[in-house]
Amino acid sequence: MKNNVLIGLLILGLAAGTYAVAAKNLTIKGSTTVLPITQSCAEAFMNKHADVNISVQGGGSGVGIASIIDGTADIGDASRPAKDKEITKAKENGIELYENVVAMDGIAVIVHPSNPISAITKEQIKNIYTGKISNWNEVGGRKGRIVVISRDSASGTFETFNELALDKEKVRPDALLNASNQAVAQIIARTPGAIGYVGLGYLSSAVKGLEVEGVLPTKENVVNGSYILARKLFMYTKGKPKGITADFIDYVMSKEGQKLVDKAGFVAIK
Amino acid sequence: MNAKARRFREKFYKWIFGALAFASLVFLLGITLTLFVEGIPVFKDVKVFDFIFGKYWYPTHEEAEFGILPLILGSLWVTFGAVLICVPLGVGSALFINELAGSRLKAFLKPIIELLAGIPSIVYGFFGMVVVAPFLQNLLNLPIGLTAFTGSLILGIMATPTVCSISEDALSFVPQSFREASFAVGANRWQTLTRVVVPASASGISTAVILGMSRAVGETMTVLMVCGGAAVIPHSFFQPVRPMTATIAAEMGETVFGSTHYHSLFAIGLVLFVFTLVFNVIAELISRRFRIKLGLGR
Repeated sequence: MKNNVLIGLLILGLAAGTYAVAAKNLTIKGSTTVLPITQSCAEAFMNKHADVNISVQGGGSGVGIASIIDGTADIGDASRPAKDKEITKAKENGIELYENVVAMDGIAVIVHPSNPISAITKEQIKNIYTGKISNWNEVGGRKGRIVVISRDSASGTFETFNELALDKEKVRPDALLNASNQAVAQIIARTPGAIGYVGLGYLSSAVKGLEVEGVLPTKENVVNGSYILARKLFMYTKGKPKGITADFIDYVMSKEGQKLVDKAGFVAIK
Repeated sequence: MNAKARRFREKFYKWIFGALAFASLVFLLGITLTLFVEGIPVFKDVKVFDFIFGKYWYPTHEEAEFGILPLILGSLWVTFGAVLICVPLGVGSALFINELAGSRLKAFLKPIIELLAGIPSIVYGFFGMVVVAPFLQNLLNLPIGLTAFTGSLILGIMATPTVCSISEDALSFVPQSFREASFAVGANRWQTLTRVVVPASASGISTAVILGMSRAVGETMTVLMVCGGAAVIPHSFFQPVRPMTATIAAEMGETVFGSTHYHSLFAIGLVLFVFTLVFNVIAELISRRFRIKLGLGR
């Protein structure tokens, strides 16, 4: 503990030395889903404010929220709301987790472009992912094994999908678990018999986004609430944001910031 | 400089280098201790038997299950496949380099093979994911190219330099007189190689194979990228698996600090540590026998 303090002081000293001019530092950690938003907003923000230095790191929603609790970041990105466990832990440490909703994200269910299927029901998604359906002909496609692609069970995207699409049931054990949206999209683009899910920002012409319950995964449908696999994206702060942290979040919520949200492939909320 | 000062200097250097030599021991103890301290608490929530022989890995589910049998078997399966590939490749090239190649060819081949060991594992992983997996998928008409076989293939290539260079050392330890004696009784080159040189260096080659295995079982980035990541008990080489290392690497970043899931990942590390420890002890035992057998122990 004592060592940590010493090292902390040392780093502070170094930082103060290096950034004698750029005195304001902002550390942002967390969800890889929110990362593109944070990164583009941070760049634009730093261009406007030469005296601010923002460091952006990934790590996942769990890391984002944990970093607010242990004080290693000013803003913790998360693609899911804080869990009760995390809120309790924060309270034990005397910290209020303050929730800032900065954007929305839809989860698109994707298949290979050559797959004849273009629509799916929530029931079918659930049956495929829990192992009740294993062949494409059971959902009206060509005969062939369904290769089920999922995300690592600790990722925010998985948790949201698990809750919204699978009613928290267990994913079949033979599903392929991947560490990022990018990896899932890449595998789907190369595998004719595969099904997977990614954030709306990762939809491209290389994969086909399926209609869920008759609704296409588009930004409009996420905002108007008709697309069921949608979620909010958060930037958590320690209490109500103040100072430079508040300036940054205000920027993300501004017209300009929300334009960057849109550009990053997410759904602007203003 | 007087004798006293010199003696002090000698002592001083002895202490410095002694301390450096013991530094590794400190690191080893530190790592082992951390694995135990962070790994053991998982057994408060999960029985040891259920942990090691449990068939399902659902660490974050509400009714969480922490069975690592599929992960252990995934690691062993991929390692076994890698051995099938790296042994013929590594031992074969060692035989060629040491027994058949001329000195110029040897001077060219040996560094090339050792260069394979210098390629970062993420590059292997990327190569496997982007080139090998799609190729195998099309060639063998598989539903997906990210399989245990793909992992074994890449790991086998990665472990080849280890196997090759240790086998080559073992072969070069075989005294020239053995070969001369064999030729003298009329054996040809092939007979000398298969009946004299290889048996004489057999334990050295076994050491090479086991160290190759321990290299393969501990490899992380590559298996994370090319094995597919499905936590099922494997029953074929052409299906996705999830080795232990890949599980730790993929999940450590997202787990809640201090949770059962967090501790379970350390416990997996502990299991992995036991595996490599066993491999290394076996390798050490065999190589000790080998030194004595050739009369090089003294």
